[in-house]
Parts: sequence; C-alpha cells; structure tokens
Amino acid sequence: MSNAQLEIQLIASLVAVACAIPGTFLVLRKMAMISDAISHSILPGIVIGFFITQDLNSPILILLAALTGIITVVLVEYIQKTGLVKEDTAIGLVFPALFSIGVILIAKNANDVHLDVDAVLLGELAFAPFDRLLIGGTDVGPKSLWVIGTILLVTIALLILFFKELKLSTFDKGLAASLGFSPAIIHYGLMSVSSITTVGAFDAVGAILVVALMIAPAAAAYLLTTDLKKMLALAITFGVFSAILGYWVAHWLDASIAGSITTVLGFVFLLVYLFAPSKGIIAVMYREKQQRTEVSLLTFLLHLKNHDEIEERHVNHLNEHINWQKVRSKTVLELALKNNMIHIENNIVSLTKKGNNFTSKAINYIITNEDTQIEDMKDDFFLFRG
Amino acid sequence: MNKIAVKVDDLTVAYNYKPVLWDIDLKIPEGVLMAIVGPNGAGKSTLIKSILGILKPIAGSVSIYGKPYEKQRQLVAYVPQKGSVDWDFPTTALDVVMMGTYGSLGWIKRPGQKEKKAALEALEKVGMLAFKNRQISQLSGGQQQRIFLARALVQNASIYFMDEPFQGVDATTEIAIINILKELRKAGKTVIVVHHDLQTVPEYFDWVTFLNVKKIATGPVRDIFNDDNLTKTYGINYQVSIQE
Repeated sequence: MSNAQLEIQLIASLVAVACAIPGTFLVLRKMAMISDAISHSILPGIVIGFFITQDLNSPILILLAALTGIITVVLVEYIQKTGLVKEDTAIGLVFPALFSIGVILIAKNANDVHLDVDAVLLGELAFAPFDRLLIGGTDVGPKSLWVIGTILLVTIALLILFFKELKLSTFDKGLAASLGFSPAIIHYGLMSVSSITTVGAFDAVGAILVVALMIAPAAAAYLLTTDLKKMLALAITFGVFSAILGYWVAHWLDASIAGSITTVLGFVFLLVYLFAPSKGIIAVMYREKQQRTEVSLLTFLLHLKNHDEIEERHVNHLNEHINWQKVRSKTVLELALKNNMIHIENNIVSLTKKGNNFTSKAINYIITNEDTQIEDMKDDFFLFRG
Repeated sequence: MNKIAVKVDDLTVAYNYKPVLWDIDLKIPEGVLMAIVGPNGAGKSTLIKSILGILKPIAGSVSIYGKPYEKQRQLVAYVPQKGSVDWDFPTTALDVVMMGTYGSLGWIKRPGQKEKKAALEALEKVGMLAFKNRQISQLSGGQQQRIFLARALVQNASIYFMDEPFQGVDATTEIAIINILKELRKAGKTVIVVHHDLQTVPEYFDWVTFLNVKKIATGPVRDIFNDDNLTKTYGINYQVSIQE
C-alpha cells in the first residue's frame, strides 16, 4: 500500500467519524433532511470563500461556508414559524435557492476558478494527497487531513463536554428548557458542528454523499442498540468500515471513491435493516409469526379448558370449530403436545395438569395485563421455543 | 394563610397574536395539591409552560417564592405530558430518571454515584426499581408515567408541576401516582396538576383553578368546586356531586 493510499483511507475514516457524531443526534432529532439542506446550501459559501482565498482548505472558506449552513437553518426555521408552510416544505424552498446561487456563481466565473460542479457534488478523494501542507518548507501531510482532523478533534471535545446537555435536549426539550439548559443554544451548537463538518467533508466526498455519511451509519446503529453511547460507537464503526471498504471497492472497480463508500454504506444499512436482532425486518416478521402462534395456542388451550364435552374436544372438531385451516391446527396441536400441555386419547384432546395450570396463569395474565407475569410464564413452561 | 409559592400577575400568552391565556392573576399557596381544570384549548399546559419559562408571555410576570423563575429553578420540578417525548429514544429508565439531576449539576458537570443513588431511590418510590435497565420503549404507558414522576422526585424540589400525569394510565397506576402526590403535599411541597377527570377532583385535590383562556376561579375545592364554576368554565350545565 502506498503512502497516498494510506492517506486517502485515513482522510476517509476521519471524515466518517466526524460525520457520524453529529449524524447520530440529527437522526434522533428527526432532522436528517436538515443535513441534506446544509450540504447543498453551503455551496455559495464555498464559492465565495474560494474567490477570496483561492484555497479549498482555507479556514476562512470553511467558516464562511459553515455560516451559510447556519443561515439555511435559520431561514428554514423562520419560514416554518410563520405557520404558512410545513418544515419539509421550508427545507425544500431554502436549500435549492442557496445551492443555485452557488451554481450560477461557479458558471459565471468558470474560466477563473478551478472549481467545477462535479467536484462539488461528488468530491474527489483521490486528489486529496496532492495538496500538501508545508510548514517551514517541511511536508507534514495532506491539507485535507489536517482540516478534517482539526474539525474532528473539536467535535469530539464538544461531544464529551456537552454529552449530557445534548442527550437531555434531544430527548426532552421541555425539561431541558425548564432546567435552564437553553435548547436553542444546543440546537444551534449542533447545527454549527454539522455545518463545519459538512464543509470539512465536502472536499473529500462532496455535497450529496456527505449526507449519506451522516445519516446511514446512525440509522443503522439506531436499529441495533438501545443505548445512546453504543449507538454513537456503532455509527462511528459503520462509518469507518464503509470508508475503508469503500476505498478498496473503488480501487478494484476503478471507480469513484465517494460513490463506492456510499454504496458500501447503503449495503451496511440494508444488512442491518434486514438482520438486526430485535428491530430488523426479519426479526419483526419472525416475532409476529411467533405471536400469532402464541395467541393461537392460548385460544386452543382456553377452548379445551372451557369445554368438558367430548364432542368439543375431538381432534377433527377443532379444525371445524375454531375455524382454523388444517396446517395451523396441526402446528398448534403439535406445539401443545411437544410442551406437554395436552394429551390425546382416541382422538380426544385433554389438558394435562401442566396445561391446565398454564392456562389458568395465562387467563390471569390477560385479565391483569401485567407484563412481568408472562415473562415468568415463559420460564416456567419452556414454551414457544419450537 | 400560608406563604405564596407561585404568583402569576397579568399573564397573557399568545400564539401568532391570538391570546391563549388572557390576563391571568393567580396565587398558589404553599403546600396545596392543586388541579388546573378546563376544556381542551383552555390554556392549561400553556399556563404551566409559561410559568416555567418554556414559553414566553407577551405580558405579565411570574414569581416563585417572590423571585423570578430563572433564579428559582432548583425549587421547581416539571413533569411534561407523556406524549411530548420520543419513547423510542435509545436510553433506559434509570437514565431518564437521572436526567432529573441535571439541573442541580449545571452545564458540563456529569452525574456520578450520588446522582445514581438518588435516581435509584426515586425509582423505588414509584415501584419501578425492577425496570431500571429496561429500554424506555419497552415500558407500558403507566410505567412511562411513573418514570417521569420519578424523574421529578429526584429533583427534590419544593414545587411540582405536572401536565396530565393520569393520561392513559390504568387505575392501579393512577392510585399509585396520587398517593405519591399526597405524600409530597404531606411533606409540605406544593403540587400543581393539569387534570381532566372532574369526577376525581374532590377526592384527589384540596385546591383547584378553573381556567378557560381567562381564569374563572381559584381556591379550596370545598369552597369553589361547584356547578356554578363548572358551568362558567365549560359553558354547559355540569352536575358534579361533591363527596364531603
């Protein structure tokens, strides 16, 4: 692996971490679309900054562009507050307006400026190692590495200092306000960090893909954990994993690095979405099926408990009477048999002592609606594991 | 008469220049368990939020024990409506209760063992200790309300504001909550509750405020909880028998 390759992967990884941190809070605050708006509307800031500094990595450019990001948020909120349009409409109105100003500025000055729309939209990570930072004539590495590294350090410091405040105001704005933690300060703080990170990542991955780096890792992490710190850690892991794997995919395919990173991010999310242990689609479907079987089993057992008459308890009668199809009746009968809830003699079904006991408890559970009791029940009877 | 815990003067609050609270004067004596009642849209939640500085009034002032709210935050605990937060947020019951300690910690400082101990005690008080590590979306509506109550208890405040704590809870939880509120009153705390069920007002509360954009009446339940005030507040003839 060459030095340049290493540097590209390092930059991509730092960008991923810097995006995953504010991204996690944006996802939890249901503000994912705001990151999209910011990433587009910082374009005029970047262009104007570039006219002034002639350097995409200049701190002045980054601050100017970040300021445009904040202006976007303020404008969206202002329009929304008038009550005439909803938030998503306000976002849809503001960022194309700002973005198009940037596009026109680039087009008007295309001859003088080494800045084209493609690079702005998609970034060009492969060129990052060429722009070196020289201190006193010594090469200390690519400029973008220093830029994103600095942004990341500030982000981490802010996260550690204000973790409690961020968590509180994200979960319960009203309580935060009443306890004296101004939700507005935290909100605009988060928006500032998001804007600065977006500008810092912009050069590497471009306006469109930076959104994916903010949202996809956090969205995947959200499906895997019920702990905010773990969610942050997972989002960072997914981001870095996708950044590095994405680089190698691009290497093998000889394709855009940013595009490959985003594709990997998409696959990571898809895998989590399908296979997450409790919130994934497959787990949810499995649970629903299990619940259906549980309810069927209970219905069946209750029926047996309520009817002493022989004709009500004949195997064939159950098909007809409970109005289940044969397959379902068979499944339920087998499950009940396997768990020693019933015994069958001459095609007549009766509850065993265990089955009788279980059914009484279940009725009690249904009446009192106490979650804790059903947990005990499962342990008692080793049920529903088939 | 007791000290005045909360004093509201000429408070007017408007959304988009339409007043939702109109010239409210209110004195809440220390140590009462007070219900705020009124129809939907009467401004009950708005009144609480304005007292707590969450909403900015266009006129009027609020004082807590004679000083503005900003100086008295430590004395006040707030239980928002259960529906005002996202219960899918990745956190546990214990962590939510710990949030009650953030106010006394101030900015940047983190909760430690002392705060954790206080939170565990509050969880025990509301009968939720067994659920401390449960993710909050896995709690029933009644259990979530108890968590919110525990979060207020951990603040160890003098005045408690609660926005519909009985909404969507079962009878057992309702009794558990009201018993805790009565204990708070016994300990000399002032408790102010936005309440919907008129039938239970005489049984639960000793003080009541009728509100419908304007203040209709405020005072001891046994003196002013009558058909006359109910009719004035709700605009239709109400017949509620008071159990002495």
